[in-house]
Amino acid sequence: MNPILSIRHLHRDFKMGDEVVHALRGVSYDIFPGEFVTIMGTSGSGKTTMLNILGCMDKPTSGEYVLDGEHVETLKRDARARIRGTKIGFVFQSYNLLSRTTAIENVELPLLYNPKISARERRERAVAALKRVGLEDRMNHLPNQLSGGQQQRVAIARALVNDPVIILADEATGNLDTRTSYEIMMLFQELNKQGKTIIFVTHEPDIATFSSRTITLRDGLVRKDIANENVQDARAAFDALPPPETFEEDA
Amino acid sequence: MSPLTLIKIAFAALLRNKMRTVLSILGIVIGVAAVITMTAMGEGSKQSIREKMSSMGTNAIIIMPNQQRRGGVQMDASGAAEALEEADVIALRENATYINAVSPMITAGGQAIVGNNNSPTPLSGISADYLKIRNYEIDDGVMFDDTADRMAKVCVIGQTVIKNLFPEGNPIGKTIRYKSIPLKVIGTLKAKGSGDFGQDQDDVIFTPYQTVMKRFTATTAIRQIYANSAHEGYAEQATEEIMQILKERRNWTKPMDPFRIFTQEEMLEMMTSTTNLLSVVLTAIAGISLLVGGIGIMNIMYVSVTERTREIGLRMAIGARGRDILLQFLFESVIISLLGGFIGILFGGLASFAVRMIANWPMSISLTSVVVSFGVCFVTGVFFGWYPARKASRLDPIEALRFE
Repeated sequence: MNPILSIRHLHRDFKMGDEVVHALRGVSYDIFPGEFVTIMGTSGSGKTTMLNILGCMDKPTSGEYVLDGEHVETLKRDARARIRGTKIGFVFQSYNLLSRTTAIENVELPLLYNPKISARERRERAVAALKRVGLEDRMNHLPNQLSGGQQQRVAIARALVNDPVIILADEATGNLDTRTSYEIMMLFQELNKQGKTIIFVTHEPDIATFSSRTITLRDGLVRKDIANENVQDARAAFDALPPPETFEEDA
Repeated sequence: MSPLTLIKIAFAALLRNKMRTVLSILGIVIGVAAVITMTAMGEGSKQSIREKMSSMGTNAIIIMPNQQRRGGVQMDASGAAEALEEADVIALRENATYINAVSPMITAGGQAIVGNNNSPTPLSGISADYLKIRNYEIDDGVMFDDTADRMAKVCVIGQTVIKNLFPEGNPIGKTIRYKSIPLKVIGTLKAKGSGDFGQDQDDVIFTPYQTVMKRFTATTAIRQIYANSAHEGYAEQATEEIMQILKERRNWTKPMDPFRIFTQEEMLEMMTSTTNLLSVVLTAIAGISLLVGGIGIMNIMYVSVTERTREIGLRMAIGARGRDILLQFLFESVIISLLGGFIGILFGGLASFAVRMIANWPMSISLTSVVVSFGVCFVTGVFFGWYPARKASRLDPIEALRFE
């Protein structure tokens, strides 16, 4: 099987005044279709730089990056924008939904920049994506009318809507409490079972236990790259959590 | 990405920030409305002067003695100035080819009295041609024939005089006493309204010029002669011809012309040049407000780019190219300025109407001012939207997403 994503000897240097900071110092790995990979590392380990390059928002200083059979390390700004719009789905820590814009319009957004998709198809695909994340009854809600977990689900639907070859999640559970985090992980596991390749950047070890493989970065190098033999089921973990505290008023 | 979708995106973004959009539109609205109203004021006064001039008679020519002046001081008014005489009127009537009507004009001041009513109207001694020159028309009765009955004690009166002297109406056949000389009213004039200097053109009493010269002022000198140039645009030839005839009759050899001749065309030019200046000044002031409106757009778009940095970052992260962002912001500013332009035209029209109704100022909205201000609006939108839009399009998506 060919890897969906392949990086070789990836370097990324930043100039900070006179000093050069080596954020990545030669990283190589392959990711195959259907994998659920978590990238772990402390702050300063280079995982954000890694994610920016994987997401085609940044270019490596040197090295190769092949995504879905295409060399993307040499692409120009506009071409990288096209790759982002067609092959990559982003999920951010802070959701990044447009305020005062309904859930369905937020989900439609990536398709707006694809001229091949008609307005009708756009709407149909956005509805389907929202159904996949279980928010079909919240389509016309504004972000501030949704809970954090629901907002992140909208963001996941937005990442799904252009049918990307890979989903990149950047600390996607970082702003959520444990229960909601596990719910979101349940959704990611479900999408992974349906065949989606997912790269999930996190620094929480318990989140990593839900993935099939964990790559640990330290000081710009791959420290560990291990397949997770004992993948935890997010639903089971969720059920095992103590029930949420309830108050009289809420009951 | 199709322009249509971009326009939709731009509209959606504008709708999301209604207050900001309304405020920046307001700047443009005021600018455009000001341009339209100001030019309508300038254009309106120009037109009203033209209209009043033509109500006075478009082809009128006025001949009067050339008073000698030196350093602004009038030198020896009676002796040095060559006087006009009745013979001049006759000579012009017989010999001039570029004019089709000639009338002397002699006035006498005083009160017109009928019973208990009086009217401080000057008495105008004229010949029948005067009506044609000044565009007066007979409303009721007849005009006198000054060649047949030269010193007749008759008069023709304007509507204001009728109001003053004959409040019960029907003045024909009745008698007015002017400086205790009775004048029989044989005709009335149709209303003409106010003249170009605001004087009431209906406050007139016409009587044969010989009646004034012989019975009232006892002079042979004629203060003014009115003539009517036969064809429009030939005022200059008519002037030359008149001067020629008048000089020949006197065997005039001095270098200085004995008379001054004003044509309506000259006066029109003089007055329109003044109002032209007025229009230019008004338009310039309005143009400045349009410019300020444009800077308002730039400011709003600039703030908007900063405020929406994360949005721009997100749009880029999910596939928007720099060009898409540029066009979105450009379209936003163009939509603002075009909407502002439309509403501004509407408000400009309303404001012009209001000025006409309330201040009674003649207004005329020209198509040019509408087209030009709208065009300026569009250019403003593009011009002032360009810089912030370009700034937005060059943002680095990573930096933009991290922006707080």
